[in-house]
Amino acid sequence: MKFVDEFRDRAIAERIVKKIKRFDSLKVNLMEVCGTHTMVIFKQGLKGMLPKNVNLLSGPGCPVCVTSQEDIDKTIELAKDENVIIATFGDMVRVPGTNSSLEKERGNGADVRIIYSPSEALRIARENPARRVVFLAIGFETTSPLIAASLLDVQKEKIDNFYIFSSHKLIPPAMEALLESKEVRIDGFICPGHVSVTIGSNAYKFIAQKYNVPCVIGGFEPLDVLQSIYMLLKQIKEKRTEVEIEYFRAVHPQGNRIAQELIDEVFEVSDVMWRGLGTIPKSGLRLKRKFSDFDAEKEFPTKTRKSKENPDCACGEVLRGVKKPTQCKLYRKICTPEEPYGPCMVSSEGTCAAYYKYG
Amino acid sequence: MCLAIPAKILKIEDNLAQVDMAGVKRQADIRMVSNVRVGEYILIHAGFAIEKIGEKDAEETLQLLREII
Ligand code: SF4
Repeated sequence: MKFVDEFRDRAIAERIVKKIKRFDSLKVNLMEVCGTHTMVIFKQGLKGMLPKNVNLLSGPGCPVCVTSQEDIDKTIELAKDENVIIATFGDMVRVPGTNSSLEKERGNGADVRIIYSPSEALRIARENPARRVVFLAIGFETTSPLIAASLLDVQKEKIDNFYIFSSHKLIPPAMEALLESKEVRIDGFICPGHVSVTIGSNAYKFIAQKYNVPCVIGGFEPLDVLQSIYMLLKQIKEKRTEVEIEYFRAVHPQGNRIAQELIDEVFEVSDVMWRGLGTIPKSGLRLKRKFSDFDAEKEFPTKTRKSKENPDCACGEVLRGVKKPTQCKLYRKICTPEEPYGPCMVSSEGTCAAYYKYG
Repeated sequence: MCLAIPAKILKIEDNLAQVDMAGVKRQADIRMVSNVRVGEYILIHAGFAIEKIGEKDAEETLQLLREII
């Protein structure tokens, strides 16, 4: 496939690794923020190609994983309403809430449908006018513009049985929160390529300037990731702290203006709770007031019960780069993809799942 | 979840394009990418094109990757 195969060339990969190995005097922690990068790194065996002095940390860039337990519990409560059809991206279904999961509720008769695109959720709403469709809108800046676009379609078409549960999150504030906490040393960020398609490289300037941490926006093929690592090491060696774009075939400094305008039209920035990271100011998106008719949380106020994470699950620490999954006492022995105890093992791009499958 | 896959545009009708995604024909909403033409490549995420892929930029990247310094 074009734009894929040529970026997987083994011989070139080895050449980049050789260049990486020249920086053997640097002992660095580099964080790949995005879960899709984590998956590529494991699946393509990149970790094993890297020298010991380059330590990769997985970051909080897995939307399912960072969804707070309270939000998970709320979606489970919503699913119990007989009149509601839940439309969701697949990984959410198996995440264990405090007492149940969407999957378990489905077993009890709840109508939970897995979709690939928000446009399918619209179709479900059109086909079921007597029922109410709640779309679980999770995701980062890659996904929020499409949800915004779909909501505008709903408004235009006057579909009146469609609601969204907005748990959207923003990446740069999470990166800043990690740096502020000083819990782990991060010497460089591999920034998420597709989030950056929307927000552009300029959105990370403050990270490079205020925190002196180099950033490289990387693509998702093996050569892209290796080259991003090489570019980060080069910056560190030359004592530069800049935002560079390795993935410039798709990412531009200003990002995608149309996508940004869609977000601005529908959403406003809000403080939001992340699993593992707590409440981060201005790190989420909620519906603007003029769209409150579509807000599932207003339409279906759920009873607030005490949400509790499994105390033995170290997912929160894994998301902060503080612990590796292998340091979790449930990992592999009790927690497996077949019987996950935390979202990091459920999501196809969760760090625990990546370790389990390819580690 | 932020997966986006390259696809070739086969046909355009208003805001919808018919695309070839790794040999599979699909529909994609292209309202977020301006000035795209049949034959060009776009990145598809959850049924929407999120950006056009710059062919020249991709070639330049490959040049950079092949560089031995
Ligand atoms: S292995 Fe399972 S229980 Fe342990 S941190 Fe990962 S998801 Fe949580």
